[in-house]
Amino acid sequence: MAEKEVKLMKGNEVIAYAAIRYGCDGYFGYPITPQSEVMETLMELKPWETTGMVVLQAESEISSINMVYGGASTGKRVMTSSSSPGISLMAEGLSYLAGAELPCLIINCQRGGPGLGTIQPSQGDYFQAVKGGGHGDYHLIVFAPNSVQEMHDHVAEAFDLAFKYRNPAMILADGAIGQMMEKVVLAPQRPRRTDAEIAAECGSWAALGKPADRKRNIVTSLELQSEKMEVINKRLQDKYKTLEENEVRYEALECDDAEYVIVAFGSSARICSATVEMARAEGLKVGLLRPITLYPFPTRQIADLAARGVKGFLSAELNAGQMVEDVRLAVNGLAPVEHYGRQGGMLFTPDEVLTALKEKLIKK
Amino acid sequence: MKETLIIAGFGGQGVLSMGKILAYSGVMQDYEVTWMPSYGPEMRGGTANVTVILSDQKISSPIAHEFDTAIILNQQSMEKFEPLVKPGGVLIYDTNGITRHPVRTDISVYAIDATAECARMGQARLFNTMILGGYLKVCPVVAMENVMVGLKKSLPERAWKSLPQNEEAIRHGGEIIRKIR
Repeated sequence: MAEKEVKLMKGNEVIAYAAIRYGCDGYFGYPITPQSEVMETLMELKPWETTGMVVLQAESEISSINMVYGGASTGKRVMTSSSSPGISLMAEGLSYLAGAELPCLIINCQRGGPGLGTIQPSQGDYFQAVKGGGHGDYHLIVFAPNSVQEMHDHVAEAFDLAFKYRNPAMILADGAIGQMMEKVVLAPQRPRRTDAEIAAECGSWAALGKPADRKRNIVTSLELQSEKMEVINKRLQDKYKTLEENEVRYEALECDDAEYVIVAFGSSARICSATVEMARAEGLKVGLLRPITLYPFPTRQIADLAARGVKGFLSAELNAGQMVEDVRLAVNGLAPVEHYGRQGGMLFTPDEVLTALKEKLIKK
Repeated sequence: MKETLIIAGFGGQGVLSMGKILAYSGVMQDYEVTWMPSYGPEMRGGTANVTVILSDQKISSPIAHEFDTAIILNQQSMEKFEPLVKPGGVLIYDTNGITRHPVRTDISVYAIDATAECARMGQARLFNTMILGGYLKVCPVVAMENVMVGLKKSLPERAWKSLPQNEEAIRHGGEIIRKIR
């Protein structure tokens, strides 16, 4: 079973393969374009007949996320997937998962909003993913894949980080990455964890059935005594600080000598990598800083570029300007930071980004 | 080698499948490949298109603003994509339903009467492989043996009985495509 396989696959399809091969225990979901292939592929692959992974179509997104809460409470590796409006329905559950410190994986294959919006690709859920979405002081660990291969790889990486930090993790993809087909190398099949392995890893907190020799484990996000709740809040914040110090992932393309830097994530970063090629061909020193984790955000890496004397930053996003706020905070006034975006499900092309870069920054 | 191709027409013409056959063929030839479809409501009777990129190097953007080759299968797509062919590039079109023929003189233009030919043969389902054959005659970006493997891989097993007909359609497409300029 340890062979590497090269396949041609959609981003959404590969999520299903990656989850099974990672040894995921359960998927709970509800269909919505443009991510329905995740559950469709799982249903075709029938992992319950091979690894024993549960795949269940719930009656709604609200049920899905609460089934995830239940599964995660027992130390199982469980996940759900949806697209923007469906993720909004899950917002309460996300906050509860973060509050109860439950590791799990949520996929958001974004479409244009607000409301029902459109079914075409968008990055309009950046704020929702990295700033909360649900209520209270919490963060999700957020990955932003820019290829079908990364859709595959991030499943394992996000699950690993989620369990390392006991925190829900999200893969923030979009309709373009989800619907696109590319070559992908699939990981070898890993066995699902045994009950003994789960007890060893999660026994200190998960609801596994109480043995005589320890106190009950209680999974909850409720604490009515303010003094105690503040202690919990501080512990969560300490965890987020550790995440920010240790788990930032990013890619710097042609940034070493760059005078101007495009900051972009996911599908738009992929488009902007061609913008960098075009700019370099014209003799313009342009680089690309691609956050791979949106939370924790590569604040220090962007600050370092600003301190080194980069003349301007362009945050290129498929939205009205969301990540640009975090880029501005990182640059902290050392250089101009502009935004370029398309909305409503429209994608920009590499040359449109180059034109925007010239008009907004280089010509000034 | 890098080929950036748009295939554009109506939903139901097999536009996305044609792109898929080509993408699988590219994988067989060890190329990097991206297949980026229009999806959603565009697939239900309206226009449908797919961008396929084949390259011997890593592909940066799967989205393109200009194309080496455009395969155009209806009038709406002609309006939209004729202007986006790179100078020196190739435009291939099926003449059926085209009311305004291509006007550019800085690109190579080929016509293929695949709709008419399929109607004559009573084999409408071979339309997209016939077009593919025409394209591969003009732009032999992948070896024919890899196309045959790509064709098989992109079809579900229940459709494999139609492989010989599709192979013949690819060959015939190469015969009936003609250069306009």
